[in-house]
Amino acid sequence: MRVDVDRDRCCGAGMCALEAPEVFDQDETDGLVVVLLTEPPDTLDDVVRSAAEQCPSGAVRLRE
Amino acid sequence: MTEVPPGARPLPTTRTTPLDPPPELLERQRECPVDRLRYPDGSEGWLITGYDQVRAALADLRFSSRKELLRSPVQPQEPSAAKPGFFVYTDPPEHTKYRRLLTGLFTLRRMNQLAERVKEIADDALDAMERTGPPVDLVPAYALPLPSLVICELLGVPYEDREVFQHNSTVIQDINTPIEQAYAALEEMQNFLAGLVERRRAEPSDDMLGGLAAHEELTVEEVTNVCFLLLAAGHETTANMLSLGTYALLTNPDQLALLRSGGTTIEAAVEELMRYLTVNHYGPIRAVVDDFEFEGCPMKAGETVTLSAFAANRDPKHFADPDRLDFVRGGRGQLSFGHGIHQCIGQQLARIEMRIGFQALLDRFPNLHLAVPQEDVSMRDSMLIYGVASMPVAW
Repeated sequence: MRVDVDRDRCCGAGMCALEAPEVFDQDETDGLVVVLLTEPPDTLDDVVRSAAEQCPSGAVRLRE
Repeated sequence: MTEVPPGARPLPTTRTTPLDPPPELLERQRECPVDRLRYPDGSEGWLITGYDQVRAALADLRFSSRKELLRSPVQPQEPSAAKPGFFVYTDPPEHTKYRRLLTGLFTLRRMNQLAERVKEIADDALDAMERTGPPVDLVPAYALPLPSLVICELLGVPYEDREVFQHNSTVIQDINTPIEQAYAALEEMQNFLAGLVERRRAEPSDDMLGGLAAHEELTVEEVTNVCFLLLAAGHETTANMLSLGTYALLTNPDQLALLRSGGTTIEAAVEELMRYLTVNHYGPIRAVVDDFEFEGCPMKAGETVTLSAFAANRDPKHFADPDRLDFVRGGRGQLSFGHGIHQCIGQQLARIEMRIGFQALLDRFPNLHLAVPQEDVSMRDSMLIYGVASMPVAW
């Protein structure tokens, strides 16, 4: 799975970092999404999917 | 008998139990999750109650948040323009400009760093409760001061002034307050905050007020109103979740026992309490700027759309057995913080406050219970944000 984010759409709610802290973080200054692992291991599939689903602004996109 | 024209009924607000949505609201969800609604000013618009539909509408930027277009589903007042800085009532790109000032200040990491301080504040309040001895009204002793003190510290508002905010906030939130009084209360809070902002402009400080005041591109009025939103939201919502959540715990002994025994996590319990209680009973509210079709329904320019998060969080199509508080199922996906670009900016702070707030209270008092019969606990029936008015507890 490959993780793509759209920082223009990001509203800094922090849901991705809450759901999958191994994969997502927030920029210290602007609070917008930062991807830590663009190709996370399969073991994280569930939390990454959940992070994408919980993102309020549709900024997290996954490619299987 | 008066014939009610189909789809032109007002918002159902009559509850039969303290914690459940009005039965008629859920009936309308079953019948028609996107339904016509009659507003108190006589106009017609929409009421959306289904989980999938509310979530989709919250993410749909064709729905506007501009205040001058919004009617209240429960108060017969004319729509009026928002003052500058009330960013919750703006659309992109204006909304984006304000929100981006704040996103860096409310990150999950920054909020997690406050955990220790939140715990100290909770412990201080619990110490005071122990010194007083039972029975104690949990609302003024714990539920209100905990989030008040946290948001006052974070912003840099002197805590001694909290009564100004608590009083005026109550006046503004009461749907029975005459509109002139509500505006007077709003003005008093804004004047006070404007004074603080002006002082920060003269003498910079490293609290949130100071940080926002340092944005020279913003007027004092804009900074004041942004801070007002943060302060009001920080006071009311979490306080009501703490008190109402404790009521829900004490009246659902099986779930309380599960939480106490470690059969569920505090994280899951908080999400489920958020889902089950949905303290914002009358919103969010949006407006239609240009005609478009939503879920097969014709949205017409000028109409107001009430999205019932309260009903959506009890939609059996999304949450199995939704009227049961169930910490094992958990409340992931609950819409109490909203969804879409306006989703609560303080949600990670609220989560920390609730997790620590409930846990510290339960740990301190292993035998916590209501000091009055359950039916004697008075609810804030006329408030935009629901909660308990007062709740004597003993241990």
